[in-house]
Amino acid sequence: MTLSEASRQILQSIPFARFLNVSMELAGNELTLKLPFNDKLIGNPVLPALHGGVIGAFMEMAAMTQLSVSENYSHLPKPINVSVQYLRSGKALDTFARAHLNRVGRSIANVEVIAWQDNKTLPIATLQSHFLLNL
Amino acid sequence: MSTPPPPFSDMFAAIIDGTPYMQAIGAYYIGKSQDGISMGLAYRDDLVGDPQSGVLAGGVLTAMLDHGCGLAVWDRLDEFKPIATLDLRIDYMRAAKPGEDLIITAKCYKLTRSIGFVRAFAYEDTATDPIAAAQAAFIITSAPTKVPPL
Repeated sequence: MTLSEASRQILQSIPFARFLNVSMELAGNELTLKLPFNDKLIGNPVLPALHGGVIGAFMEMAAMTQLSVSENYSHLPKPINVSVQYLRSGKALDTFARAHLNRVGRSIANVEVIAWQDNKTLPIATLQSHFLLNL
Repeated sequence: MSTPPPPFSDMFAAIIDGTPYMQAIGAYYIGKSQDGISMGLAYRDDLVGDPQSGVLAGGVLTAMLDHGCGLAVWDRLDEFKPIATLDLRIDYMRAAKPGEDLIITAKCYKLTRSIGFVRAFAYEDTATDPIAAAQAAFIITSAPTKVPPL
């Protein structure tokens, strides 16, 4: 099984990822996740803006999948904590996320994620997280 | 003699119902107590994050905690002002129990002119046995729009 198939399978196995309709693209071993816009993801109907919780959830998913892909995990790592900074309101557009593994130790991984929409240089949110690896 | 206006929290059930994403995941307003405002969520198979254990996705908690924290700021303001999440930190203490409904309770413990600081907990039965804890800061983006007196 190729890395691409394996990571797609990881994502497809998560019911919540299917609920959000998240898809992925793999270039080398670098993963980009895509959250297609959908009316149900709106948190502020007046602006309109994506719900902050969706953006956080999506970035957390990016961190978990990137960890699983890079480190060949058969199971999903458990989040210990995540910290999300909201930089811009999420517009009614597709959103993308890419994770960077700052450090993968024996039991803990530190992962950073950046999320953007139409312009990668204008991120809408960033996330820092820790995951527990040895279950 | 004039009766005081109803508390803004009377609107919270309607606000949750009017938020598409809260509708999509099935969140509902419970009420408020001295511990803050509470929201609930019924367990659903399509919101699972780990198919092997059937545990709800961390991302479901993220949205519930974010929304609950926002309502807590509005409760403290006791009027409508536009607010936005600046940052949200979540500590995951344990997995949510598969099949059980989720409750979150959030309290805005400090409100300045421009920022609201909030603490929230997610749990099934009691806040003393939390699934996750959140700490958030919200910016209050502009002055209230007051209706001029007649």
